[in-house]
Amino acid sequence: MDAEAHELIAGYALDALSPDDRARAKELLERSEEAREELRAFSETTAAMATATAGAAPRPELRARILDAARTEGQTVVSLDAKRRSRLVPALGAAAALAACAALALGVWGLSVSSDLDDSRAALEHSRTAAAVLSDPAARTVALQEGDGRLVVREGGEAVLVLDAIEPAPAGKTYELWVLDGETPKRAGLFPGGEGRDVVPVEGTVAPGAQVLVTVEREGGVDAPTTAPVVASQPV
Amino acid sequence: MRQDPWALRRQRHLSDEALVALVARGDETALGELYDRVGRIAYGIAYRILRDERLAEDAVQDGFLAVWRSAATFRAERAKASTWVVTLVHRRAVDIVRREERRRAEPLELTAGYDAPDPAGSAEDEAWLGFERERVLRALAMLPDAQREAIELAYYGGYSQSELAETLGVPLGTIKSRMFAGLARLRELLDETETERTWTPRLTS
Repeated sequence: MDAEAHELIAGYALDALSPDDRARAKELLERSEEAREELRAFSETTAAMATATAGAAPRPELRARILDAARTEGQTVVSLDAKRRSRLVPALGAAAALAACAALALGVWGLSVSSDLDDSRAALEHSRTAAAVLSDPAARTVALQEGDGRLVVREGGEAVLVLDAIEPAPAGKTYELWVLDGETPKRAGLFPGGEGRDVVPVEGTVAPGAQVLVTVEREGGVDAPTTAPVVASQPV
Repeated sequence: MRQDPWALRRQRHLSDEALVALVARGDETALGELYDRVGRIAYGIAYRILRDERLAEDAVQDGFLAVWRSAATFRAERAKASTWVVTLVHRRAVDIVRREERRRAEPLELTAGYDAPDPAGSAEDEAWLGFERERVLRALAMLPDAQREAIELAYYGGYSQSELAETLGVPLGTIKSRMFAGLARLRELLDETETERTWTPRLTS
């Protein structure tokens, strides 16, 4: 990059460009990986400048106002239009998924340093799968007919169950996931619940028409469900 | 709105980036969580630029609605999620200040005092924010005056490069190169002093 390009990116990071220069900066960012890399670094610098301004908290009403406004706008956010989707899908391929995984892994599990190595590995794998599915814009959101949350399914059937505020499983018990495709439920993993927001990758794949269910079972899991489902998705 | 007894654990559980992924799926709770983490910094920078509570709130709201609408386009390899949110709010604040032409009536201020800490914030948050503030102010103070002036007036004042050239009476090209040199130097200085953050601050509650 020449001096002019460096200056353009710095001006962009500071939000100080004229509309013309801003358009030129965007064009540069479209075609130059080096420019994007520089913007990434400069943005962390300006974000640090922003952190230095944090003082009194905003009035508590602001939070409610923002959430109300978001709710009013509603679900437009979920349905990506076709054009955007076709542009996003290749862009959000392997690289983005990996980056999202890394970020998620660090953020989610960075705090649980005390857990032993095997646990950490399993946890890392778990959060990688979840991030890959959640960050795939082509993945579909399927509502639950029982329970509070949603199921997110990728095209190939890879799925993540997101549960809002499910209670921790009772002592000596566990939650067990099932994929019901036809008559016989297939085991699809165990989780303890009680994380506030449980993000649970479904083992195996979920075929079109299949359902994901959750039952409470004894610790270690069972081969076939013995209780009524506490969570059930709509058919995928 | 439903009271959420799990908010604290949840905040520990998911990274900012994972929250944005949920926001992209229309998850309001995740948007609220993101606000709880980044809202105070976002409001800080908006207030710094606009010097008016109402306008700063508008900028924060517009910024978070931009997050809500465009979360699906967020790319984790481009920026940290918190940085992305701050960038969107900063952009809105700058748009508003230019539209309102507010600060033109005010004298240029380079080293205005920073707001007092929030008495409601946790000790950990305050310690981290205080540490960051010190670190950034120390780094800014090490810049040559002309460079510091250029980036502070741009980022904290919302001035465009051409406005600054006019106000300060220097050629536009000089302003552009000062901004780049200042930001590049600031980045080096901050890299040198960066320490691993060992906890996730809860910045609003």
